[in-house]
Amino acid sequence: MRGCVALFTLTILSGCTGVQSALDPAGREAGTIARLFWWMTIGSMIVWLGVIVLLIYSVRTRAESFTRRKARIMIVGGGVVVPVVVLTVLLLYGLAPIPAMLAPAPPGSLKIAVSGEQWWWRVHYLPPGQAPIPSANEIRLPVGEPVEFHLESPDVIHSFWIPPLGGKMDMIPGRKTRLVLTPSRTGVFRGACAEYCGASHALMAFSVVVQQREEFAAWLSHQSQPAESPQELLAIQGAHLFLANGCSACHTIRGTAAAGVVGPDLTHVGSRLSLAAGILPNDPNAFERWIGQTHDLKPEVLMPAFHMLPPEDTRALAAYLEGLK
Amino acid sequence: MRETVNKQETLWLLAFSPAIWAIHFLLSYATASVWCAKISGRDNPIDGALLAILVYTVLALAGIFVVGWLGYRRHRIGNGNLPHDDDTPEDRTRFLGFATLLLSGLSAVATTFSAFVLFFFRRC
Repeated sequence: MRGCVALFTLTILSGCTGVQSALDPAGREAGTIARLFWWMTIGSMIVWLGVIVLLIYSVRTRAESFTRRKARIMIVGGGVVVPVVVLTVLLLYGLAPIPAMLAPAPPGSLKIAVSGEQWWWRVHYLPPGQAPIPSANEIRLPVGEPVEFHLESPDVIHSFWIPPLGGKMDMIPGRKTRLVLTPSRTGVFRGACAEYCGASHALMAFSVVVQQREEFAAWLSHQSQPAESPQELLAIQGAHLFLANGCSACHTIRGTAAAGVVGPDLTHVGSRLSLAAGILPNDPNAFERWIGQTHDLKPEVLMPAFHMLPPEDTRALAAYLEGLK
Repeated sequence: MRETVNKQETLWLLAFSPAIWAIHFLLSYATASVWCAKISGRDNPIDGALLAILVYTVLALAGIFVVGWLGYRRHRIGNGNLPHDDDTPEDRTRFLGFATLLLSGLSAVATTFSAFVLFFFRRC
């Protein structure tokens, strides 16, 4: 029994911190939500304790000791006045921060278009006055600046959620939704799809890196560049195989003949923190597994598994993709 | 004019206040949605819709007040005291009147809560 209680407590407490915890805020909007959560929790506990105290009082007190006036005060006061006052205060407190959270980011802020697709994230950075910069399955943000996300989906309803940075927002086919997030500290966090979207819904995550402004600007500038040509023999062979096996029909690698737009842009895939929308580490072994066992790792995903390739070809492809920094 | 006991008591009055609350909510929601989708557009002020919701709220609260008042008069018929649980037409009328009064109070609070949006949301 004691072990069960300890396990339960540990399980509950594990949600209080970590890269995907809404209770360990790293952004202005998440801070507001966490504060709201704690005040609502405290308010609920006070109400619950008050009800229990009244229950004990009413059970332990003799009915004859209640005068008609005292009983009326208890019923009207405890049953009408107090609930109305408490609910009004909690409702007003809950409504108050919403307008600021729904407001658009100030003019000149960075905008990022994100499309949720089964089961990955198509990302386009939209820096003011520049061409869109494509990426996928990872989001980087400058610390201390409001960033406006433009969210959409071409297939089913997804929901974009980075718990440590703010609330979630649905991505609805045929509609554009908006979310503004203002990271308040640097670090690596994790986002996920928060709306069931099919067989691999639970395998649709992404890394979020919050950086200092200068670091972010340098990173974004690098992302806007085409891919560097491979230098090692194995990687050069992988680049040829990438085109020869039809990978380029679905994937873009800027600076090469690969210009497909069905799947993620792979121009700098080797520089990302994870693979396959947050489910694999970014290393050659993971690339090999993803290419050969795609559907074992992510059921029903559109990308076909290339298990027919000889191991040496898969290794060459992995070396090429891993080298796309 | 004094309220009299009706042997064929109807339950309709009991449902009026919650119905007004529901209609107020639906009308407010529909007005704001149509206003934002067809008239003002996203990120623009919603003042026209808010004015309409304000009018709906005043009308709804007035209607709920009237129903509550009718319920109160039935609750006060004759000399019956709470809890109105005698098996007589008079107490049945008083009971329904009292229930109407309480439901009107609940509906008034709920309608007011729905209208709080007026104070917080100025844009679509």
